[in-house]
Amino acid sequence: MSDYRVLPGPEHFLPPAAASMGIRLPNPGEAHINGVIAPEEKAYEEAARQFLMAKVPTIFPGPLVLWAWNEKAAKKATAIRHLFNTLKECVQAGQKPMLIPMPDYRPKYPKINPEVEINPNHPNLTIWHNKIDCCIFIGVHCHQANLSLKIIRGGTSCYTIAMCAQAGHEDAMLSFRDASVDKIMRLADTVKRLKGTVQPRLSTAKSGASN
Amino acid sequence: MSKERIQISEALYDIMPSDYQDLVKSATYGKEDRGWKDIGTSKELIEQHSLCAGCPESMAFRYILASLPNPEDTVMVGSTGCTSLVFPMVAVHNIHSLFGNQNAIASGLKRALSVRFPDRVKDVVVLAGDGATVDIGLDMTLQAWFRQEKFTTICFDNELYANTGGQESGLMQKGFVAKMAPVGKLFDKVRLPEIARESGCHYVVNCTVSKPSLVEKVIRNAVHIAREIGPTYLQLYTPCILEIGKNSMEGLQEMRDSEKPTERFAYKEYVSEPAKQLLTELAAKDKERKAAAKQLAGQASA
Repeated sequence: MSDYRVLPGPEHFLPPAAASMGIRLPNPGEAHINGVIAPEEKAYEEAARQFLMAKVPTIFPGPLVLWAWNEKAAKKATAIRHLFNTLKECVQAGQKPMLIPMPDYRPKYPKINPEVEINPNHPNLTIWHNKIDCCIFIGVHCHQANLSLKIIRGGTSCYTIAMCAQAGHEDAMLSFRDASVDKIMRLADTVKRLKGTVQPRLSTAKSGASN
Repeated sequence: MSKERIQISEALYDIMPSDYQDLVKSATYGKEDRGWKDIGTSKELIEQHSLCAGCPESMAFRYILASLPNPEDTVMVGSTGCTSLVFPMVAVHNIHSLFGNQNAIASGLKRALSVRFPDRVKDVVVLAGDGATVDIGLDMTLQAWFRQEKFTTICFDNELYANTGGQESGLMQKGFVAKMAPVGKLFDKVRLPEIARESGCHYVVNCTVSKPSLVEKVIRNAVHIAREIGPTYLQLYTPCILEIGKNSMEGLQEMRDSEKPTERFAYKEYVSEPAKQLLTELAAKDKERKAAAKQLAGQASA
């Protein structure tokens, strides 16, 4: 097993792909936390804890859920909205949950508006601008999520979570696999259950993105 | 495909940037008689772009995107140049190819689309500058025409390599001195429209983009002919105002000056016999459709 751990950055300009450092993907029913395979149940708790600790916990829905391609996509979108509403209910004063879409993968010139969207080619702009210190990607195609996760790990101190519909992401600090409506709802339930049990990082000045 | 396929998830509608909401609400996908007159009243398929103020290429881009007969089922293939800066802002599928490769990419793409979607009309339109079309990509351009590939090639002819500071291109006019071509062009502008005709293109037009209705007409003709018969080629003069020493507001006049009867961009059109027949049929169908629509409107108001 690799000694490498996928931790919040800034790691450096071009962080290695976690896979190249020996991090492997979880099997069905499992997740990984910092590159270590863990039972999915533990991952729900850790993800919920990270959300409740963060100053600006943020959900980044991608095109696979932003557009109602089919009934399943529309249901996932509803579940994501539920997760966001739950987060808003469960955080304390001073914490600011956000829901920012990734509507497009193409680089935008001259630049994106980081207040309203995130782009996989320079996700750090949105992270920096909004001082996001914990985020979850849902409904982003894997290759674009990988790109974003690496850039975020390279240049910011944001904690990244991936709710992947395929086999998961080594480059996230925490990754679920086989994402479904149930799993998103279960994460929301865990956030609700842990409400009030986690101390937010509000007093530490070093929360949020660094550059 | 139509707007029904591109609905935003209701639960996340409010967080979508307004550009995307507007595209779903008021863009002209699926509208049969879409055209340049929709500009200003419908959401354009081009968002903000980073081309220079007053750039004729940006005008051309707007007219072309407004005129494509089937934008939801069109794939555009671009090449390196100023257009590369616009494609990320365009709400039509597009591929950025290697410099000069655009017609080779489009050939494969068109064939693949025909196999993958045998029952759907899929248009492929190449949009590249004169460097990509005539110099670096001439081989790919000509070979696609020789093979009778069924797609449209549009060349934005600004008569030099504008994006890289003004080097000489094959389509530059003889004697022209550019910033990075101080000796002046020693030979004539390559006569690509004539070469296109001899290479098997069924519809060839050489013009400027000063008249939007003309651009609309030639784009629609070119796409329809390419869809049914074979390759088509449009050479559109889109002067680079920076490289020819003009101001932002002088691009339109430059095009008007260059399209006079004795000038190099005087309107020239070649239509092959099968293409002529197709255009006649299309015109008749269009007339019928308009008459039916008029009758229907009359009944509704009665």
